[in-house]
Formats: sequence, C-alpha cells, structure tokens
Amino acid sequence: MTDLPHSPEQPVPAAKASRWKTFIRSDIVWSYRRSPVTITASIVALLLVFMAIFAPWIAPYNPFNPATLNLMDGFTPPNSNSMGGRYFVLGTDSQGRDVLSTIMHGSRVSLFVGAMATLFAMVMGVGLGLVAGYVGGIWDAVIMRVCDVQLSFPAILIALLIFGVARGIIPPNQQEGAAIWVLIIAIGLANWAQFARTVRGATMVERQKDYVAAARILGVNPFIILLRHVLPNVVGPVLVIGTIGLALAIIEEATLSYLGVGVPPTQPSLGTLIRIGQQFLFSGEWWILLFPAITLVLLALSVNLLGDWLRDALNPKLR
Amino acid sequence: MTEPVLSIRNLVVEFPFHDETFRAVDGVSIDIMPGEVVGVVGESGAGKSMTGSAVIGLIERPGHIASGEIRLKGERIDNLPEADRARLRGKRIGMVFQDPLTSLNPLYTVGQQLIETIRTHLPLSEAQARQKAIDLLSEAGIPKAGERIDSYPHQFSGGMRQRVVIALAIAAEPELIIADEPTSALDVSVQAQVIKVLKKLCSNHGAAVMLITHDMGVIAQTADRLVVMHHGTVVETGTVGDIIRRPREPYTIKLIDSIPTIKRGEGEIIAAPAANDEGAYVTVNQLVRDFEIGRGSFTKLLPGKVEVFRAVNEVSFTIPRGKTFGLVGESGSGKSTCAKMIVGLTRPTSGQILVDGHDIWAGGAGHQERRKRVQMIFQDPYASLNPRWRVRDIIAEPMRTLGIARNRTEVEQRVAELLRKVRLDPSVMRKFPHEFSGGQRQRIAIARALSSQPAFIVCDEPTSALDVSVQAQVLDLMSELQAEYGLTYLLISHNLAVVRQMSSAVGVLHNGVLVENGPTDAIFDNPQADYTKMLLDAVPDISKVA
Repeated sequence: MTDLPHSPEQPVPAAKASRWKTFIRSDIVWSYRRSPVTITASIVALLLVFMAIFAPWIAPYNPFNPATLNLMDGFTPPNSNSMGGRYFVLGTDSQGRDVLSTIMHGSRVSLFVGAMATLFAMVMGVGLGLVAGYVGGIWDAVIMRVCDVQLSFPAILIALLIFGVARGIIPPNQQEGAAIWVLIIAIGLANWAQFARTVRGATMVERQKDYVAAARILGVNPFIILLRHVLPNVVGPVLVIGTIGLALAIIEEATLSYLGVGVPPTQPSLGTLIRIGQQFLFSGEWWILLFPAITLVLLALSVNLLGDWLRDALNPKLR
Repeated sequence: MTEPVLSIRNLVVEFPFHDETFRAVDGVSIDIMPGEVVGVVGESGAGKSMTGSAVIGLIERPGHIASGEIRLKGERIDNLPEADRARLRGKRIGMVFQDPLTSLNPLYTVGQQLIETIRTHLPLSEAQARQKAIDLLSEAGIPKAGERIDSYPHQFSGGMRQRVVIALAIAAEPELIIADEPTSALDVSVQAQVIKVLKKLCSNHGAAVMLITHDMGVIAQTADRLVVMHHGTVVETGTVGDIIRRPREPYTIKLIDSIPTIKRGEGEIIAAPAANDEGAYVTVNQLVRDFEIGRGSFTKLLPGKVEVFRAVNEVSFTIPRGKTFGLVGESGSGKSTCAKMIVGLTRPTSGQILVDGHDIWAGGAGHQERRKRVQMIFQDPYASLNPRWRVRDIIAEPMRTLGIARNRTEVEQRVAELLRKVRLDPSVMRKFPHEFSGGQRQRIAIARALSSQPAFIVCDEPTSALDVSVQAQVLDLMSELQAEYGLTYLLISHNLAVVRQMSSAVGVLHNGVLVENGPTDAIFDNPQADYTKMLLDAVPDISKVA
C-alpha cells in the first residue's frame, strides 16, 4: 500500500523505465493478460497467419504442381495412406491434392485479399473521413451522403457489381491475373464507409480542440494539420474497425469465391476450396469441405475476438 | 454542548489500482453543528468531493471507505446496508451538485420531480405536495412559481435551474445539505444570487450545510466555519474570518496569498500608464461578427431568409505596446469570439484589426504579418497540447513552421531555453503532455506561444482551468515574461480579480457590446456602466468576508 503523492506542481519523476517496461506495464497489456479468450484467439490467429505466410516452404506437398499430383491419391480419407502409398493428414481431394497443403495456400490467398482490401478501405475511408470532418460544409455533406448510399446496399452486392463491371472492361486474356486485384478493390469499396463515418466523427471532435487552433494560428498548412495533428488522434477507433473489418473482408472474399466470382481456381482461396468441397459432401468425402470451412471459421473468429478485445481495451468506459 | 448533525471521524477512502492503493481521503474528521454552514475548500485532488460522496454513500467503485466512521445525529451511517443509505439520501441528507443540467431529469417537469420527492419522504396528498412544491420554488426565488412548476428543466436558465435543484434538496426537510461546487458552473452575477438562496433556504429550514468548493470567494460570503483540505487531510479548521485574515498553517497561508482579489492592497503600486512612446500596438476598430443560425449545408444553398445572431457588435479598443488589456464578460458576451478574430481563426463580418500597423485580415500579406506577431494561450491545457506529440515537437512546431530554426540541434537548444524560461527542466522535452499536471501543461503552452517570438499574445482564460496556487504561479510567470520580452497581452477572463491584478486597462463586454473601457483602477473603483457596477457587486471575493 503506497500513497500516491498528487501535488499539482510536483516535478514529474524522470522516466527511468525503458520503453519496453512501460509497454509491459500499460493498461493494454494488463487487459490482455487478464483475458484468456484473447490470449487463445491471438495464438490461433498467429498460427494461422504464420501457416499462411510460410505455406510454400512448410506445406507438405505442392498442390499446384501437376507433376507431383497423382490421380491414384484421389479421395484419400484423413490420417491414412493413399493407394499411391503416400500419407495425408487431412486427406486429399478428387485430384489427389493434399487438403492440408491447399488449406495453407488457400489461407494465404484469403489473408492477402482480406488484408489488402481492408487496407484499401482504410486508406480511402480515413482520407475521406478526415476531409469530411475537417473541411465540413458541402464536402462533408456530399461525402457523407455517398456513404449513406453505400451503406444502404449490402456489401456483397456492391462487390458483385464491381466485379461484373471489371470483367466487362478487362480483356479476357488478362482476367486471370487481374482477378485478385479486382476482388481486393471490390471488397475495399464495399467497406470504406465504416471508416469514413468513424473518422469523420472523431475528426470533428479533434478539430474543435485548441491544439488544432494553435496550429491554425501559426498558419500551418491544413493538409499538414490533418496528417500530423488530427490523424494520430483518430487512429485508435480506426485500428478497431480495421481488425473487425479484416475478419469481414476474409468472409466476404470467401463468399465471393464460393459464388464463383472470386479468385480463379488455379490459385484457390478458402472460399474456392469450400465451393469445390461441397460437391463431394453428399458422396461421403466430407473432409474436402470440412477442413477448409473450419479454418475459415477459426480465422474469422480469432480476428474478430481480437478486434472486440482491442475495442474494449481502448475504450475503458465499456469495461 | 449540542450534538453535531454530522460527525466524520478519521475517515479514510481508498482506491485500489492494479498493484497499488491510492488514498483519496486520509483520516479526515469534521463536525457540523445544526444550522451551521461549513465550507470545505481545497484544490483539485484534495479529497473534498470524495468526503462529500462518502457521507452520502456515493463513492464510485472501486473506491471504498477503508476506515473511520460517519455519524448523522449520533447514529453511524457509513456501515448501513445500501437500501438504508438510499433512504437517508433526500430525506435526511439533501444534495446540490455542480451541474444543474444533469442533476434534473430532462424528461419530467420540475413539478413532477419535486412532488415525487416530497411524497416519497413526507405523508402528503398530491395537492398538498404540489402546494408545497410551489412554496419551495417561490422561496427559492423563482418568479411566478405557480406557472413555472409545469415547465421542463431546459426551459429554465442555468441559475434558475440551480434554484430548482436547491428547492429539490430542501424539499424533504433534511437535516443536512451537501452542496458540491453549487455555483461553479454559473456566471458571477447569477452565482451571487444562488449563494444567497442557498443560505437563506437553509437557515429558514434549519438545515446544516456542507459547502464543498474550490472558490474561496464563495466560501467567504457563505460559510460560518471553514475546513481547508490538502492531499486528503484536513490542514486547518476555523471561522472564515480567522482563516482568511489570520491563516496559521503554511499551506493555508500560501493558499490565501495566491488568491487574487478585486480590491487593490494599500502598498501596491501599479505600473502607471507610462507615456505612450509608440502609441497603440494593437488597434481593434468597430469589430463585428455575425453568425447565421440553423441552416444545414444543403439548405444553405437554397434562397431564403437568413437569421443572424450578432455575437460581437462594434467593439473598438487599443492596446499600447508592452501593456495588458483585460477583456471581461460573462459567458455568451462574445469575448472568445473577439479573441478568435484577433488571432485569425474567425473572419470578422466587418471592422478592422491592426497589429503593429498591419491589417491582419488584409489578404496574404496581413496573414504573414499576423503569423509572425500574434500568438495565443488557451484555456484548457488538456486540449491545447496534442496528446500524441512529444513536448519538444509541440514547442518546436512554431519555430519550424516559421523557419526560425531548422536543424535539429538548433531547435533542441531553443526548446531547452524556452523550457527554462517557463521554469521547467529541459529534460522533460522527451515526454508526452499527459505526464504533466495542469499547471505544467500551461507552462508548456506558454513556451509554445513564445516559440514563434511573438510580440502580442492573446490569453483566453489562461488560468481558469487551474487551481488557485497554480494560477498565481502562472500569472507571475506571464508578468515576468512580459517584462523580459516587452510582450503585449490581451487577457480574456471572467475572473475579475485576475484581470485587476494583471491589466493596465480593462474593457467590459456584455452581449457583444463593449459597455465600458478604460484604465483598470478607474473601472474597478468607479464604474460608470450599470452592468459593470452589477458585476463588481456580484463577485464573490475574499475581501468581502463578513
């Protein structure tokens, strides 16, 4: 039990603790350590991300190299040897591809698309939100009405629409390579409005504060004020929506790929794998569908839980 | 000897944190006799509000009473079950809080809230309770109480609302009223009336009052006895007159000394308005600012009648070089709008502002001249420093923007020098603003203002967010810097005592109009305008101690 001296004019004690120590003692770390759900979620998410990033090096087989595929391995059930004599932990699909390896490569595609789409939505939403909140007036009105329109459509519908339009514009021989980028833009455009709204609100609050007035009195360029003064003070909520948005984007990508408008089958994502797997569900080869589906659920759930925790940790009022 | 209404013995309130415990109240003992008004004063963090909360049993979790006892008319109340304590609140202990807007329920009429309270605690019929409510309201000085009783809280002004809250607190004839900063949210002229009402009602109904406030002026005019608190302990107790005229403890002496007063002491010599060597440095000429009311950004594009509210109406004054001009007025008088126009944040509707002969609103050239010469110190040191920036970057921003210093070592040297000027250690430049107290932050804000080497600084309520002792230090610092750099100040404040202490000339703003303008002493000792006279009469001041 110690007394905290609270004299208003007492000298600030010199910061002896290293940066790492301050971080370890911070409220965020404290709330992390007290939440077993968050710790589990972060371990699962880290494992999945690690698996996805290093898939080409750690996957037991290369499922996309036709030379190594053997039709004799097809439809091997999990945890057994194929007729070709090879061992597969999670079984194989109709082509004899190792399900574990396709999942690893699939999560790689899913995570890449999800992360890039979220980044795109974040940059666009934060930029427009900053302008709307800071400049105000007619700019604000126009940007926010566009936001409202966008929010009144289901995100999938917008993504489908953009995907359809892009398919009409891009020449057929380039479509395969461009598909993944079209997907990223489509999902990004479907998700920017959340960011714009949040950032606009936070910006309007920050704009009123005196430190912004102090910079304006000095005649600092408005663009610099936005970037260096306002932006760092509105990123907290952006990180939260970004994390939850990442889970959403992964699911949206899966949905689009499941519908057959996502990434091409030559580089399947989790959604594509689920689409392929569901053809065999009723013929008894359940593992082709189940394992990619479980991975998708684990990925989306763990990221979502992390987002929830981050929101609570950054907003003590919710505790 | 009669039994005290309230007796607090060795009260300790603790707040456990992650791995340590903070003692907000540390062994406080206070007795309040029937019908007595006891003032509890102290600076922020002194534990005065926490003591009040402990008495009514409203300490927020995880805080709790660790030891000590609280007795109401001899019976212990601190260890009662929550249901019994709830019964005490309102019935035997009435409460008046700082913000009258949040202590009344906006969804019910004033009458409904009063009648509910009265009938919960007293055996009266609806009609009788209504009559009593009307009586209470008129006693609290609400004109035409019979008609106003069915109004909603938002239909009353701040002062009137606080009267309703007082009526509500007294409704069940409690033995004790706890008033926590009852007038801090109000303007001076309203403040005086509300204090009178509080005092009158309590003596009429024989209720004792525990008046918690940071404002010595309010205490001086209201309380019989005074309890001075510091760091969770009682420093000194005595009659108001004794403590204000003959404080004994070093802390109390320092506290009383640091309170500015609107009376000028005998021996003080004010810097005589010296011969105006260079004439006016700042000239404000016929300044007007209109605001359009209530139109959205799309509807604005439509033609139609525009309603206009004139916040500042033809204000003119001049400030000689190196002098301080005080601008006083209550909330809504337009003083902050004036400040914003002078520093270049808000464009005037008409009128002229000349600084060193340059019209600061005359296009790009005027803008450039203004950037070099004008700076501002803000009211709230918690909002005026970017929380994500280090102190070094905050102070360096003006010199970097204006190109006064560019390379890293030169900037750091200048920042260190500025920090020394505002009596802070240069090593703090690596810290973030949240690591500092309010007074220290205000020093950093002053260092930032000085960083662009301005000649003219607009100070908008520079000390109203600070405790009195800190206020005194900041004001001293401002005076020293003025003498050293020959700075010209425009000091905007609602605190007449601060303005009197600092300014050589004063302007009084009322509803956007400058009602009076002249040398400080002339205005304070011999006010001409009715509004100024009323304002000076209303100020609670320690010089007015009974």
